Amino acid sequence: MATAAKSNSVFFKSSIGKKVVMGLTGLFLISFLIIHATINAMIFYNDGGVTFSHWGHFMGTNPIIRTLEIGLVAGFILHIVDGLMLWKQNHDARPTKYAYSNANANSKWYSRSMGLLGTLLLIFLVIHTSHFWIPNRANQFIHGEELNLYQMMLDIFQVWYIVLIYVLGCVSLFWHLLHGFKSAFQSLGLNHTKYNKTIDIVGTAFSIVVPLLFASMPLVIFFGLIR
Amino acid sequence: MKFKLKVWRQANQNAQGKLVDYDIDGINADMSFLEMVDVLNDKLIKKGEDPIAFDHDCREGICGMCSMYISGRAHGPQHAATTCQLYMRKFKDGDTIYVEPWRARAFPIVKDLAVDRGAFDRIIAAGGFVSVNTGQAQDANNLPVEKAFAEKAMDAAACIGCGACVAACKNASAMLFVSAKVSQMALLPQGQPERTRRALAMVAQMDAEGFGNCTNTGACEAECPKEISLTNIARLNREYINASVIAE
Ligand code: SF4
Ligand code: FES
Repeated sequence: MATAAKSNSVFFKSSIGKKVVMGLTGLFLISFLIIHATINAMIFYNDGGVTFSHWGHFMGTNPIIRTLEIGLVAGFILHIVDGLMLWKQNHDARPTKYAYSNANANSKWYSRSMGLLGTLLLIFLVIHTSHFWIPNRANQFIHGEELNLYQMMLDIFQVWYIVLIYVLGCVSLFWHLLHGFKSAFQSLGLNHTKYNKTIDIVGTAFSIVVPLLFASMPLVIFFGLIR
Repeated sequence: MKFKLKVWRQANQNAQGKLVDYDIDGINADMSFLEMVDVLNDKLIKKGEDPIAFDHDCREGICGMCSMYISGRAHGPQHAATTCQLYMRKFKDGDTIYVEPWRARAFPIVKDLAVDRGAFDRIIAAGGFVSVNTGQAQDANNLPVEKAFAEKAMDAAACIGCGACVAACKNASAMLFVSAKVSQMALLPQGQPERTRRALAMVAQMDAEGFGNCTNTGACEAECPKEISLTNIARLNREYINASVIAE
C-alpha cells in the first residue's frame, strides 16, 4: 500500500482538508452573523440609537472583541482564498464541458453556484465594509474616537439603490447559507440519522431568518419607520 | 420509434471531437439504449462508415462498463439504472437525444463515447483492498459482524465503479466512488488493520488523478445506478480527518 505522508501540509492540500477548512470557517462566519444580526437588531428599539450605540461602542472598543475581530478577518480571508482554490481545481477537473447538461435533474442550482454566490457576497462585503467598518476603524485609529454609526446608517439608507444593493446582498446570503450551512456539517463528516433532521431544519430556518432580519434594516430606515 | 441523435464523435484522445447528427428509425420501444446504438452501428458499417465506439459488457447492470451522458444525464433519464438498463420506451417518439462521453480530466476519451477509467483502478490499487493471509478457511463465526454494519457495508459494496458520479458532478469529483470503496472496508472487521492508511492513500491517489473536490451538491447520489448514499462521503470525510489529525 502506498504510504501517504501524514503531515499537516498534506491534510490541508488534500481535497478533503480544503473542504474541512471551508466548513469550519463557514461555521465560524455563521457564528459571527448571529452576533452581527443581534447587535444590529437593537435599532428596532427605535430609541434614537441609544441601545444600538451602547452595544456598538462595546463591540468597537472591548479588547477581547477587538482581538476576536482579527480572527474574524482571518476567517473571511481563509474562507475566500480556500473557496477560490476549490473553484479553480473544480473548474480544471472538467476541461471540456457537456454540450447538453440537465443538471437541474440531479441537484439544486444554488448548491452548484456557491462560487458565484460567494463572489456576489464578496462584492457586497467590500461595499458594506467601506460604508461602515473601514471608515469607523480608520477614524478610531487616526482620531481615537468612534463615528456615529447610527447616524451614518440613517444617512446611507436614504438612497434607494444602496438599499437595493443591501437587499440583494441579503438575497445572495440566503442562497449561500441554504446550501452552506448543511454542507459544512457534511464536509466535517457530521451526517447521522440522529441529527440530520435537526441540521436541516435549523439550517433552513437560519438561512431565512438572518438574511430577512438584515434586509429589513435598510428597508425600515428607508421608509422612515426607524429614525 | 424514431429518434434524432446527436452523438459525440472523436477519433482519439487528442483529436478534436464534435457532435454528429444521426437519424434513426424502426427502433423497438423495448430495446435498451445500447441495442439502439447497435442498430445504428450496423447501419453505419453497412454504409462503410466508422461505427460509434462505446463501452459495454454485461448488459445487465452489474459490470459498470456502459457509460454515456444521455440527454444531459449520466446513464440517461432513468433513475438508478445503467445505460444497458435504460429502455427506449423512456423516450418519446421523435425525441432529439444528445449522447456524450463522461467528461472529466481524469477520464480521458479513448474514442467517441469510450473513456479510460483507469484512474479508478489506480485508486483501488492504492488501498482499496484488504491484505489477508491465505490459508485455511476460518470458522464462519470467528469474526462477528453487527447486522447494521453488514448492511451498510453491503450497500457501499454495491458500487460498480461506473463513474456516473464523476460524470454527473459539476466538479468531476470521485468522492462517491472512493467513499463507497473506503466504507465497505471501514465498516467490517477485516478492514480495520489498514483502515487509516487506506483512507490516506486512496484520497491521495484520487487527488493526484485530477478529480475535483466534493461540494455536496448531491448530483452523484441522484445519478448513481446503485443508489450509493451521500452518507458514505461523510464517512470518508470522518475516516480521512481521523487518519490525518486524530489517529496515532
Ligand atoms: S458510486 Fe455509483 S455512480 Fe459512482 S462509480 Fe459507484 S456505482 Fe457508479
Ligand atoms: S453493460 Fe454492464 S452495467 Fe451496463
